[in-house]
Amino acid sequence: MDFDLVTRLQRRRRFLGGCTYGLGAIALSNLIATDGPAQAATQRSPHHRPRARRVIFLNMSGGPSQLDLFDPKPVLRKWHGHRVPDSFLEGLADPVIKGGATVMATPRQFTRHGASGLEFSDRLPQLGRLADDICMFRAMVTDTANHHPGQLLLNCGTPMFGHPSMGAWVNYGLGSESQNMPGFVVLMSYSKPASLVGPSLWTNGFLPSSYRGVAFRSQGDPILHLANPRGVSTRYQRAKLDTLGQLNTLRFGETQDREITARIEAYELAYRMQAEAPDLLDFSDESADTLERYGIDQETTRWYGTNCLLARRMIERGVRFVELFHSDWDHHLDLDKLLKVECAITDLPAAALLTDLKQRGLLEDTLVIWGGEFGRTPMNEVRRGNSPGHQGRDHHPYSFTLLMAGGGIRGGQVIGETDELGYHGVQDRTHVHDIQATILHCLGLNHTRLTYRHQGRDFRLTDVGGTVVSKALL
Amino acid sequence: MRRMTGRGWPWGMLVGVLLVVPSSARSDTPDHVHWSFRPILRPSVPPVQRDMWGREPIDFFVLRRLQREGLVPSPMARRETLIRRVTLDLTGMPPSNPEITAFLQNTRPTAYEEVVDRLLASPHYGERWARVWLDVAHYADSDGYLTDQLRPVAWRFRQWVVDALNQDMRFDQFTIEQLAGDLLPDATTEQKIATGFLRQTLSNREGGADVEEFRVNQVKDRISTVGTVWLGLTVACSECHDHKYDPISQREFFELYAFFNTASEVNIDAPLAGELEPYLRAKPTYDQQRRALIDPQRTPISRLQRRWEQRLLEADGNPGQDYQWDRNWEILGLIWGGGFGEGQLEGQEIVKLAPALRTPTQRARIFEYFLRFGAETDRAQFEELGLSEIKSAIDALNAELPKLSRAAVMCETPHARTTFIQHGGVYNNPGEPVEPNTPRVLPALPENAERNRLALARWLVTRENPLTARVTINRLWQEFFGRGFVLTSDDFGARGEQPSHPGLMDWLASEFVEREWSVKRLQRQVVCASVYRQSSRERVELQTRDPDNVLLARQASLRLSAEAVRDSALAVSGLLVRRIGGPSVRPPQSAAVVMGGFGDSGWQAADGEDRYRRALYTFIKRSTPFPELVTFDAPNTRESCTRRERSNTPLQALTLLNAPFFQEASQQLAMRTLLRTAGESLALPGEPRPAGLSRRIDLGFRICLGRYPNSQEKQLLLACYQRLREVVARTPQTAQQVMPDRLPNVDRRDAAAWVGVCSVLLNLHEFITRN
Repeated sequence: MDFDLVTRLQRRRRFLGGCTYGLGAIALSNLIATDGPAQAATQRSPHHRPRARRVIFLNMSGGPSQLDLFDPKPVLRKWHGHRVPDSFLEGLADPVIKGGATVMATPRQFTRHGASGLEFSDRLPQLGRLADDICMFRAMVTDTANHHPGQLLLNCGTPMFGHPSMGAWVNYGLGSESQNMPGFVVLMSYSKPASLVGPSLWTNGFLPSSYRGVAFRSQGDPILHLANPRGVSTRYQRAKLDTLGQLNTLRFGETQDREITARIEAYELAYRMQAEAPDLLDFSDESADTLERYGIDQETTRWYGTNCLLARRMIERGVRFVELFHSDWDHHLDLDKLLKVECAITDLPAAALLTDLKQRGLLEDTLVIWGGEFGRTPMNEVRRGNSPGHQGRDHHPYSFTLLMAGGGIRGGQVIGETDELGYHGVQDRTHVHDIQATILHCLGLNHTRLTYRHQGRDFRLTDVGGTVVSKALL
Repeated sequence: MRRMTGRGWPWGMLVGVLLVVPSSARSDTPDHVHWSFRPILRPSVPPVQRDMWGREPIDFFVLRRLQREGLVPSPMARRETLIRRVTLDLTGMPPSNPEITAFLQNTRPTAYEEVVDRLLASPHYGERWARVWLDVAHYADSDGYLTDQLRPVAWRFRQWVVDALNQDMRFDQFTIEQLAGDLLPDATTEQKIATGFLRQTLSNREGGADVEEFRVNQVKDRISTVGTVWLGLTVACSECHDHKYDPISQREFFELYAFFNTASEVNIDAPLAGELEPYLRAKPTYDQQRRALIDPQRTPISRLQRRWEQRLLEADGNPGQDYQWDRNWEILGLIWGGGFGEGQLEGQEIVKLAPALRTPTQRARIFEYFLRFGAETDRAQFEELGLSEIKSAIDALNAELPKLSRAAVMCETPHARTTFIQHGGVYNNPGEPVEPNTPRVLPALPENAERNRLALARWLVTRENPLTARVTINRLWQEFFGRGFVLTSDDFGARGEQPSHPGLMDWLASEFVEREWSVKRLQRQVVCASVYRQSSRERVELQTRDPDNVLLARQASLRLSAEAVRDSALAVSGLLVRRIGGPSVRPPQSAAVVMGGFGDSGWQAADGEDRYRRALYTFIKRSTPFPELVTFDAPNTRESCTRRERSNTPLQALTLLNAPFFQEASQQLAMRTLLRTAGESLALPGEPRPAGLSRRIDLGFRICLGRYPNSQEKQLLLACYQRLREVVARTPQTAQQVMPDRLPNVDRRDAAAWVGVCSVLLNLHEFITRN
């Protein structure tokens, strides 16, 4: 990619800064508004014909239990209560797994759904109904069994801090389709506050600041201060913004501080969001039926349902990448009980989102992803071994499940298979980098070519790994 | 200049390698030991071509590296930039116009050092640097978790930090008091308050929470925080298993854990000035009246209380027999002191303590808890003894008794508590017992030391421990340049980054230790160095060579912290109330936030002065943090934060443009500048530009940015005013809303237009940036 773009823009800015204070204010503001890296990036063309134009990532952080949701292992009943046979643990360096835990069969019932017969547990009846649209990656694998590195790897392609997240990469690669909304928006919900890395999961890293994810507030009004102060008209605000843009531009000429260009863009975007966002946030144009289908009329599903509906409304308005974090799926104990809670919160709205996208013809070019940073062990964690009914599972990086739908993905299929305990993938193991490569591929981007030069080296989302999972594609 | 400041470096230049550690330690260090665990060897100051640029030894380290890379440092920043930079860095607020003028007019060669010394002596210094420390301590004014009850006494710890920093308490003492102040011989109340550092862990008071599980989580959080803050190690990774990257085993984690496992949360009387005397005056009468209520039936009451305690202890020792009493025991542990910021387990600990060993306060408090919740022991007798009435009477007496302020501190538990390795990090899956000890990769504890928190705290600040000084100066450096020598300021382990200037880092670390762990002295060295005084202007050749400014060929432009953004707006608008210290305050915030939290967040917005205190004092409710601070990257308070993000988002723009607070600041700045230039007419549309407006722009610009506008900037602001004035003229009825206050001799429409110009100034990138 053209990493010199920013520098060239800066040179242009310097020119503007040096001579334009005398121009008409509106003319200059227009120049600024259409001159930023983000806007320039809209002219970029993908590497190949894209099937997807946008992404909604339902990030289920904490590590949802694949064995109780997606990967039925009837044989676990036989092993239930016994130590894992040593053969499964051979060669594993990770002491987490070597605890004295015993195998734990799921108490859930699995059912085949749709023409494809994809199996889902009874905790996810609504998603199950969309089985034929969903591609289930059952032999996912990641590199780390801790939340923060795992979340970073899933979002940013590396377990370390400071690298751009997927949403930033995608916007860098394709630009934003929206003049009026950020290209990358983050929404959050939770049943209990959980260990989430935080803003590093939606950071621009070393990419220009304009690609940073904008996190809407998770409670109350999603965006504060959208309205002008009392008595301030649009013309008044515009006059302020024009001067601001001009003064900041002059200052950029003086200092060459790249943050100033991002600041100018942030102000212009803020101004446009003031016009656009109230409409985005106002559900009065949605039918009562829609609100009901997303569960917005129910206490349990209101928060997540609202976020799901917001996600649809955002992609309709050109937001390129919407990421919904929902926590907490980290069920070390009381797994069955807590899984029920999280599924009750998310199943209906997530399914409603898919259905709604489908009905509106948006699913075709919108990629939807459902998954967390890792899975959970086939064993009970022995956390409360002496109090039955509270069992949970530990973190498990060796096999877990992730779902994808829409945007060029062939639904109704399972990719990957795990061994009889669900301990390791035995066929079509899919690394997190492979998923990232596949996501970029659907968007028309070649993950080995989407690079950014930083400190003398070309970086990419998939680091040095990643293979597109072609089986998953239409 | 060196001679005049009295802090020259002749010896630093002369002495070659000066060891901070015994030379034996050096030869013991095998090559494969990770750099950060190696002893600090004081490097000699590099011989560089003496030039006009370098001032301090720091400069020669930086310069040598630059010369090796074929780069030259940047010229000095303009004086206006310099005073704004150093004032923001040392006090968190911009300099006032008189301060700037005084500096510009001071022709003495020590003018800059004089400013630095004034700032280091300012009481606002402690406020600014306390915030950095509170980030690592993850300070908050509430419990966290779902119920998130308030901790109204938390501020006492914050105050301790502000005071300690203002007094330049030695960092070794600062460390010892916070981790083990209660264990010092003849510990003062202040030294106990210091242990509030360990009270910043979250408390879960949600029904059904397992109190032991959450106690264990608190201990783990303490270890993890200490590991991050002093050792720069992610020791928490060893909780469940041996550390995957660093040489810390699971056993060693639990050996560290053992130091804190025997510490208990307790709240103590910590009277503020003027409280003790009225209390002591009233206390004898209070005691007498209280005794009079109980004395007639003392024996049967005590017996019933004893039965109540027995039932609780049985439930604790042998759970699963009686659901109701299991629950009573759990509730005692969950709700004790809720809403008062007290340790949850104190009630249970008192019950476990033989009555004869209890302090009078403990006796009184558990008795009152019994009066409130003990009826179940024997309802008939409870009623017969009239305990409900006695409770009401005692409540009335308590209400009359003058209050003593309290503080949340740590103490050693009187109960035996053995530490076991927890299998898989699971609290009720104990393995082998372990004794308190420090990680093997670091120098050992002194052999004869008692293995307690005090020994650990003293060990952290021994010269032999190379990590504390390195990690600490790295964090300080980070505040002045935007990044530390080690970018991962929370991880000096194998997964952390390599230091950019290892020699300088070790030189500073050894300086820090040698010079009595004085933070102010270290900071003075840094801000007086030429590398700090450089211009922050980006240079074309550096944009490709060193885009992250690792080599320090220039200063950095850094967006102000969340607190400094707010404080700057308060300062330039004249709204700021400079009172230092005291309880947290609740400035107004959007109703959308207040409603957002669990239950009633109790945000009763302050009236008057408390609306305009520094952001340091804003109440931090963990579940609903103050949104304007969050928008500017205030950290979450769940865990230690050593490095903040500096984002740049449209939400920040919306906040500065539209939030009521910033609009109020714009109005006040407008008033302030209008009043200062009163009597000079404002421009009217179409009229030639009068001197008054021009002067007003100069004044407002300088108040906000510390410099006068250049002619282009001035032109733009004049044009902006004219345009705003025209907009206001079309809808004159809005003028009153934009500028509600009426000023003598000022047309309200002029004032309303001027508010817009002031708002532009407060929204400039430069206003929220330290260059």
